Amino acid sequence: MSEPEFKLPTPSARELLWRGFFSENPVFRLALSLCPAVAVTTTAKNGLLMGIAVLAVQVLSSFTVVCVRRWIHDKVRIPVYTIIIATWVTVIDMCCAALVPAVYAEIGLYIKLIVAFAIIISRLELFASQQPLGPSLVDGFAMGLGFAFAMVLIGSLREALGGGTFWGIALLPDRPLLFLLLPAGGFFTIGLLMAAMNWIDLWRGRRLPGSGGGHA
Amino acid sequence: MPDRGKIIDVHQLAVPGLPPTAPEQLRLTTTTDPDVPIAITVVAPATDRPETAVLTTAATLDPKLAYQLTHLETGTQWIVAPSLIGTALTVLIAAALVQNFVFTRYLGLCVFFGVSRKRDTAIGMGVTFTIVGCLSGALAWAIDRFVLGRLQLHFLQIIIFIGIIACLVQTVDTILRKVHRPLHRKFGIYVVLITTNCIILAVPLLNALNQRGFLESLALALGSGLGFALALFLMSCARERADLAPVPIVFRGLPIAFILAGLFALAFLGFSGLRV
Repeated sequence: MSEPEFKLPTPSARELLWRGFFSENPVFRLALSLCPAVAVTTTAKNGLLMGIAVLAVQVLSSFTVVCVRRWIHDKVRIPVYTIIIATWVTVIDMCCAALVPAVYAEIGLYIKLIVAFAIIISRLELFASQQPLGPSLVDGFAMGLGFAFAMVLIGSLREALGGGTFWGIALLPDRPLLFLLLPAGGFFTIGLLMAAMNWIDLWRGRRLPGSGGGHA
Repeated sequence: MPDRGKIIDVHQLAVPGLPPTAPEQLRLTTTTDPDVPIAITVVAPATDRPETAVLTTAATLDPKLAYQLTHLETGTQWIVAPSLIGTALTVLIAAALVQNFVFTRYLGLCVFFGVSRKRDTAIGMGVTFTIVGCLSGALAWAIDRFVLGRLQLHFLQIIIFIGIIACLVQTVDTILRKVHRPLHRKFGIYVVLITTNCIILAVPLLNALNQRGFLESLALALGSGLGFALALFLMSCARERADLAPVPIVFRGLPIAFILAGLFALAFLGFSGLRV
């Protein structure tokens, strides 16, 4: 693959971390990888495991793509990236099944489905296929961390308000909003959190994007 | 071909062509576990049908399982199994409504929120996805059964399935472009987007996990596609209205779409009363 003619300037590590957490948060801003964000976040623990799995796959795939991109022809890069991701997902899937069987029984299907998450391949395509190794790793790490942060945030909210517990420890005497644990609750939680992030942006004196958060 | 019996109640089984016999003369087992007999307490002639006996069992019978009944003296056999078409229909309706992939299993959300802005794109995506989903479901079933199963390579499922889907999507795109250009101009973009839809990967994985037969696998693929198309269509209708409504500024766009999806999910809970 020939080097691109003009190169985007490489952002600093701090900038990348800020992007992953807030300004380009994969769940709240880019609205990618939503399936697990709604599906496995009934408890904070499930959310954390999912976040760590995605973080690992993202960093490992970014690393692999940076290493082998010289030999990948431009026309077949998407299938090759997909196979790289699928390989790492298989590895992580087996690790999760061996290390945390109890949680894996609940969210196993969604770990396998990391392959189809748009966030990972979009980071490979937009960043790791053009930038040097160091920043690519930081970018993968920041995006994974931002995703894990979003997962834990949604999971904690749903678990605390819906189940009255946090991390399995009883927090409240009853279950104030049981319906948050239902399928519908996940959609409501994410919608409200997205609106909250928009509100913070407005409060900081920034204009909202035309579509009102999210690029979709 | 042995005769077929029918489960008429949780403890009762109607068997046509069985003469009055003592319960000890009969042996009832599940087809998966032929070594464990199920105790039969009473054999009585049926009151409403001629030449039929009604067996009463001590254990409860599951209409979803296949049973085998043998007359020990004559060696006659009966099979009690749910009909293939019935099971397939059950899987189809469950996948499309009761356990709708979008609203109760939360799959395919990226594409769901991405293309549900306008009704036209929603219909295009729904139709394309259903067709490609059926093709990939059938192909993945065949490869899983005849290649991965034979060679004990189940751990490669993820890589092989995503490979099949990527190749299939590319093939459909190429064929459509060569064969029917206007159709390709209209639907080509949706075909490319299918790879990022997790439903298309979840269907073969679920089929492999539950060891479904071909007809059931196809039913799951079709049901998931129809369910996805239905969800997309409903959502696009609602979002077209929401675009015209005075939504608070921080909720414009995606946040309100999520709230709408939550309301739809609540409505789809109603289907869980449907026993299939």
